[in-house]
Amino acid sequence: LVFTEEDKYDIYSNLLFKYFLAEGIVCGHDLFVASAKEHPDNILKELPAPLLDDTYRKELGDEAAAKSEDFQDSMKIAWRYQNLPKMEASPTTYTKFGHYYDVSKKMSPELCQSVKRHSFYLHEELSLEPKMKTWNMNSDYARLLQSIQRIISQEGFDGSDAQKKQRNVLRIGIQSLGSVLWGDDVCCSGTPEDAHSLTKFLYVLRGLLRKSLSACIITVPAHLIQNKAIMERVTNLSDMVVGLESFIGSERETNPLYKDYHGLVHVHQIPRLNSLICDVSDTKDLAFRLKRKLFTIERLHLPPDLSDTVSRASKQDLAGSAKLLSSGCGAMAIGKKHLDF
Amino acid sequence: QGKFTLLRDTRTDGSFLVHHFLSFYLRAGCKVCFVALLQSFSHYNIVAQKLGVSLAAAKERGQLVFLEGLKSCLDLLFGEEEQPGQPSPLQFLSGSTSDLKALFDFVRVSLTPADGDSWKGPVLLVDDLSVLLSLGAAPVAVLDFIHYCRVSVCCQLKGNVVVLVHSNEDSEDEENKLVVNSLCHHSDLILWAEGLATGFCKDVHGQIKIIKRLSLRQAAEQDLVQIYQYKIQDRNVTFFARGLSAAVL
Repeated sequence: LVFTEEDKYDIYSNLLFKYFLAEGIVCGHDLFVASAKEHPDNILKELPAPLLDDTYRKELGDEAAAKSEDFQDSMKIAWRYQNLPKMEASPTTYTKFGHYYDVSKKMSPELCQSVKRHSFYLHEELSLEPKMKTWNMNSDYARLLQSIQRIISQEGFDGSDAQKKQRNVLRIGIQSLGSVLWGDDVCCSGTPEDAHSLTKFLYVLRGLLRKSLSACIITVPAHLIQNKAIMERVTNLSDMVVGLESFIGSERETNPLYKDYHGLVHVHQIPRLNSLICDVSDTKDLAFRLKRKLFTIERLHLPPDLSDTVSRASKQDLAGSAKLLSSGCGAMAIGKKHLDF
Repeated sequence: QGKFTLLRDTRTDGSFLVHHFLSFYLRAGCKVCFVALLQSFSHYNIVAQKLGVSLAAAKERGQLVFLEGLKSCLDLLFGEEEQPGQPSPLQFLSGSTSDLKALFDFVRVSLTPADGDSWKGPVLLVDDLSVLLSLGAAPVAVLDFIHYCRVSVCCQLKGNVVVLVHSNEDSEDEENKLVVNSLCHHSDLILWAEGLATGFCKDVHGQIKIIKRLSLRQAAEQDLVQIYQYKIQDRNVTFFARGLSAAVL
């Protein structure tokens, strides 16, 4: 179960959401898209087009590319905090894991139609079946869960259909969960009326994902959730938690040290499934940028400090919040000490 | 015998302790009731196999009673009408009751020795208690549940109870803090896994504080605190004194 904290204006997290779905189409997985904000059909029309291998590799050159994770046939709930970058900064080792996408082009309708798509647009759904009154949960969430469960059992993702030879994966994308549009006031007030709806929803969703061949990404406007306790509980209930912090509108936008990037990626949790250990990568500081064609996520490294006027104070300021990882740049930035005498 | 152990984690995942205790008690021949709220059976099974124990076999011979919370929840919400004689252990989810009595009854029935049972001592293992709060149980209900379990398992059946909770220092989750603090006061042994204060490190995954609450049983005694650091590997966890990780030596 991938839990993505949206950036403030939901620009980049929306992009990630679309990457997830696009990857599903390219891999031939079935899709289930739920939203209370945009009609799922509209979302599906806006998916980025996949890039053909050969032409793209030549274009890439020295840049690192973002890949969406390719989900294997395992029961996995990946709270995806951004696509995990699989490569080091070196451009020559392209491990083929997932596909690349061109954000400036839309996916062709034929490719889109090639997989089975299920959608759940909150405002078009019928009301609850009577039995669900005993759920003790926000009714919109309950409807969504019902819908997901119905698809899973009808289409045989939970292995209930013994006849079905070919098993497929269901990719579920839920947009802007917890927002006001879902009838939940967890984003509006510090003491929401039903503080447990969101967490109960996640628990049931986790159960559904664990017993079927599906993976799910959820985006949530976490910056609006004032009750931190809920965020902590949500983190515990998710497999992977990723937060996107965009620089738009914040003081970091104009900070020259962040000029190459559009935002930061915070990985709060990674999945630890079926094993005592988890696959923790070396780097914890990641930043993203949106170029004309590509959305990339890279290790955060500050550009070489070549200016005479950069004062020590601001450098230390940043070093505190964005640890220098790339050792090349690190040596350079520290080397240029300004002696204050 | 008759001990209450609290597993606690802060800034890190303490579930490796749960896996340890599970395989430890099964290997020791105890009858175990495992209330697994957060992960599926296959997850625990796969890890237990790495540690040398087969959960499926233990279940088969009646040594392990496994409550898979996720599955139980789905059965309750999506399943057929429940049989009157077999209420779901997670009944509080449907809102009909606000206490965890059904869960306690499940535990009590699982661990009460049946005729012909030759297991050594019952054990209740819970992973993890903080989830119950997320599902809408009141802190008081959770504490009551633990209290009943302790009376029944530790005192009456002379067994052990091991419970995992999450806690964060700057947490704003008051309900969770309440439950954790209360449990700390009543535990015989606290194993507290903490992520390093300095942040993530590849060679030292965290530090574990072992607190033997001698003051609980004897008025004049002091609690004994030991601190080690650890690194988790695929089949094993290595412990070492602070600052003496293999990477440093």
